[in-house]
Amino acid sequence: MTAVTTAFDKAKAEDRAALVGYLPAGYPDKDTAIKSALAMTEAGADLIEVGLPYSDPLMDGPVIADAVYQSLRNGTRIADVLDTVQAIADAGTPAVVMTYWNPVDQYGVEAFARDLSNAGGSGLITPDLTPEESGDWPAVSDSYGLDRIFLVAPSSPEHRIEKITAASSGFVYAVSLMGITGTREALSDAAAGLVSRTRVHTKLPVAVGVGVSNRTQAAEVAGFADGVIVGSAFVRALGGASDGASAVQAVRELAAGLAQGVRRQ
Amino acid sequence: MESTAAEPDISPVPDTDGHFGIFGGKFAPESLMAALEQLAKEYEAARKDPEFTAELDRLLKDYAGRPTLLTEARRFGAEQAGGARILLKREDLAHTGSHKINNVLGQVLLTKRMGKTRVIAETGAGQHGVATATACALLGLDCVVYMGEEDTRRQALNVSRMRMLGAEVVPVKTGTRTLKDAMNDAFRDWVATVDNTHYCIGSVGGPHPFPMMVRDFQRVIGVEARRQVLEAEGRLPDAVVACVGGGSNAIGAFHAFIGDPGVRLIGCEAGGEGPGRTAATLSLGGPGVLHGMRTYILQDAEGQTLDTHSISAGLDYPGVGPEHSWLKDTGRAEYRSVSDDEAMAGFSALCKTEGIIPALESSHALAGAMTLGRELGPDALILVNLSGRGDKDVATASAYFGV
Repeated sequence: MTAVTTAFDKAKAEDRAALVGYLPAGYPDKDTAIKSALAMTEAGADLIEVGLPYSDPLMDGPVIADAVYQSLRNGTRIADVLDTVQAIADAGTPAVVMTYWNPVDQYGVEAFARDLSNAGGSGLITPDLTPEESGDWPAVSDSYGLDRIFLVAPSSPEHRIEKITAASSGFVYAVSLMGITGTREALSDAAAGLVSRTRVHTKLPVAVGVGVSNRTQAAEVAGFADGVIVGSAFVRALGGASDGASAVQAVRELAAGLAQGVRRQ
Repeated sequence: MESTAAEPDISPVPDTDGHFGIFGGKFAPESLMAALEQLAKEYEAARKDPEFTAELDRLLKDYAGRPTLLTEARRFGAEQAGGARILLKREDLAHTGSHKINNVLGQVLLTKRMGKTRVIAETGAGQHGVATATACALLGLDCVVYMGEEDTRRQALNVSRMRMLGAEVVPVKTGTRTLKDAMNDAFRDWVATVDNTHYCIGSVGGPHPFPMMVRDFQRVIGVEARRQVLEAEGRLPDAVVACVGGGSNAIGAFHAFIGDPGVRLIGCEAGGEGPGRTAATLSLGGPGVLHGMRTYILQDAEGQTLDTHSISAGLDYPGVGPEHSWLKDTGRAEYRSVSDDEAMAGFSALCKTEGIIPALESSHALAGAMTLGRELGPDALILVNLSGRGDKDVATASAYFGV
């Protein structure tokens, strides 16, 4: 039983979806990112996804791509990502790292798992790693008690959903639409179908991300999924603020609205 | 003669999951995995379908102008390459001016076969973009080409050509604004449009099946050259030399010779201005994951891709096709770094001794052949893949030489 499972169980016991908030470490600066993550949890986020800034984020749209580019230019290193995870975990909220595979590969899968575990992190979301290329990661994550969060997409055929859910732990990340991260006017109608196709193969919670940005969409997703993942909307709130304090406040307000959304009011 | 004239067996890589030893594979977003599986299946069916291969052969012959010539560069060899005999495989004479058309015709026919109506591509120097725009015009498909903003400036001629051919050219303003960023944006497009769109990757990189499929479509270069050299000389060359960015022309030139142990395979990478200002991935990088494949890449200790530099936009890329990584690690091929200045000397030498203006990319291979010729001496027979012509580069060359 990992902290991620506990967070989803708690939401389920309260008859609501879990709220998962994403932000990249080091954006707009390390300290503001940490304070924003803590504000998210205080406003009702159940789980935080800490983005590991990477030079070639090909699943990310301009909002997140620009933010991680700035974070890297600020000099963000993997140690800063782990510090961010530690601050969130110390505050009692589970934190997972969302990362493209090459930074983990270069750091060393075993070393990364060890250091993430020591920082109190709960697992990894891997947008460009599918089970067939995961190498040592399943065995290493098991030995450190970390969750492996793989993605399913509207285009995933049944045999892939079966393979991905079998390889996953903690929760399954369902990509709501065919496209990159970023806010959308309307929720994709593919999301509900994907969640039900996924549930055929697993008892794990299924959380929906990509293209979910406001309270109305959060409420809609909460109607059929176990978790609601919001990323670009938080990054945009951070980017639009004039200073650190107002950035944290903007994140807090957005998180509070989304937290009401997942309570299906 | 029989034994040398027979084409050697095709090498047994990649495996069914696209692995060349530890390299290659499919490190792609799940959203694309179904399309990659479909592509692998369709390609497998197409290559065994006599109708498909006949149509591709017809286009290569009647439209692209294959087989391309083999030209001996007598003055170049005598005066610039230590007296070695230099044979040029003239991909510069293929339609659109480079080897890129070989791959594009194959992939665009495959696009039609899959019932898709839109093709996207990344391009660095613009040669792959022009070839893609050309094939899409020929076969009536929509075409969008992603090109780094920096490259749209230094290869302006090719931007105009693509637009005249009816393609939309999207200048990419993210990251370093060169080829790798164009590839990122093409992947971003494809994730959202994969239902009706084929991503026509221009090099032997990306997730499986691209490295294998593009190699197979480019293989014609070496197959023709091997036959032509044997016919003309009665023996195989001592070495095959080609430039390597992503590595499609080099794999195309090398592949038919892999089973010939007496033929050295030498890839010339863009050394740029030296460490820190370079694109010499195999010479200076290490294994990692980029753009869907495990391969050598230029990266820092935490796996961030490094900025690259080359005077040639087509070689200005921090990765390389996984089969080259495999050929390097197995020792079958050698990779050398050629600096901007050496490449420009090769460019100038070919212009003035042979009356051929080569592409800056191909000039790296020419510079490599000059060095190799001096090492091997007058008895050597060296095949150089002249992958493209240099019209697109006259502005860069004029600025470099101050003329």
